[in-house]
Amino acid sequence: MSEHATIGVFLILTLVFPIAAMIAAWLFRAKPEPSEEKLLPYECGVDTQGPSQMRFKINYFIYALVFLAFDVETIFLYPWAAKFQSLGLFAFVEMIIFIAILVVGLWYAWKEGALKWY
Amino acid sequence: METIFINIEEFLTSWMVGMGLAQPWADLIITILQWTIIVLIITVNTIVLVWMERKVSGFIQERIGPNRLGPFGAFQTIADTLKLLTKEDIVPARADKLIFKTAPMFFIIVSVMLYAVLPLGNNMAVVDLNVGLFYFISLASLSTICLLMAGWGSNNKWSLLGAMRSVAQMISYEIPLVFSLLGVVMIAGSLNLTDIVTAQNRVWFIILQPVAFIIYFIAATAELNRGPFDMPEAEQELTAGAYTEYTGMRWALFFLAEYTNLVAVSVLAATLFLGGGHGPWLPSWLWIIIKTYLIMLVFMWTKWTFPRIRMDHLLSFSWKVLIPVSLANILVTGAGIELFRWMGW
Repeated sequence: MSEHATIGVFLILTLVFPIAAMIAAWLFRAKPEPSEEKLLPYECGVDTQGPSQMRFKINYFIYALVFLAFDVETIFLYPWAAKFQSLGLFAFVEMIIFIAILVVGLWYAWKEGALKWY
Repeated sequence: METIFINIEEFLTSWMVGMGLAQPWADLIITILQWTIIVLIITVNTIVLVWMERKVSGFIQERIGPNRLGPFGAFQTIADTLKLLTKEDIVPARADKLIFKTAPMFFIIVSVMLYAVLPLGNNMAVVDLNVGLFYFISLASLSTICLLMAGWGSNNKWSLLGAMRSVAQMISYEIPLVFSLLGVVMIAGSLNLTDIVTAQNRVWFIILQPVAFIIYFIAATAELNRGPFDMPEAEQELTAGAYTEYTGMRWALFFLAEYTNLVAVSVLAATLFLGGGHGPWLPSWLWIIIKTYLIMLVFMWTKWTFPRIRMDHLLSFSWKVLIPVSLANILVTGAGIELFRWMGW
């Protein structure tokens, strides 16, 4: 079998695993009719106030943007790193420029206060 | 002893082919067998690890730890597993049922899939993928989504806060994690995990890349949401964060996935930095086990030694210290390789 077919088989088998675990638990577990109180959100005994799936101030919004930029860079960096030794000095100089651009981006985000958790 | 598992595999394949089975079907059955063994190892190993974690924390805090069931409390985790199996399954009335129920399943699927490429000994990976390292990293980053699903689907304020924290933490620490591995890839010149192990024939990469190893270790701790970076599930303030609403088997799946990830990350560390299966006298798969357990012991030691780190400190540590250092590490590694070549070594 090709490598990717093996991974596909592995994935299908793995999909079965949690389902089998849940079925096993279903066979063994106690199944009392839960009371209304039990199905409330657990907030240390205090009744929950207002909705929980609400608009939330996502502190890491700008982190996520910077992360996205860096993560895309990573995809470029990996093939470069794997072929680094056969590409010679050219690759090294090229990468210095590439990383310099990254560093400038990071410095700008830092300066603008994007890396601050309020 | 070295090739005992490979010999068994080859013997089984040739036996099945000899019985008149076509080669692809024999391969399929071998893959199913390998998967079964891996899942068995994962589940049994988790039971051992939970016991070990409690014992280690006990010794560090000058307690005895579990000591009632069996010798040194060794059967405690088995009893816990049975308890979790018989616990009732509570799905909160206000939860988003589909997301709530699938989150633990996705988490465990992602963690088990990591083992498809890990070499558990010389030539003992299920798939010897040529982009093995890349596969590992891209899959490992998916666990962020599972935690977000759990936190959002629970419709609980603790869960939401915990999930938000864990996403912020995991995306921040993923970049130093990925950058730290670049140095290893540059020296080994391959993304194939077996090739990387072979490249460590003469010297382990922890000696050539000590900074990368430290960054990898710190970032992996944060990716695993383990102490001292366990703000997302801080028991004392968030009552377990994203896992608050989970009971019984669903919670057990989360727990299993966490320890599965811990083992996977430790095996990867042993493979990339500690020479994989290389070592004197003992067979390679035994060396992998020894190295993995040593790394996990250090993970536990860190968890129970350091106090929890504040959220803002944690994030600025990643962005303002780890990322610049890991970028510098790439540059120094590149310069080092160029220098070595220029000197003609």
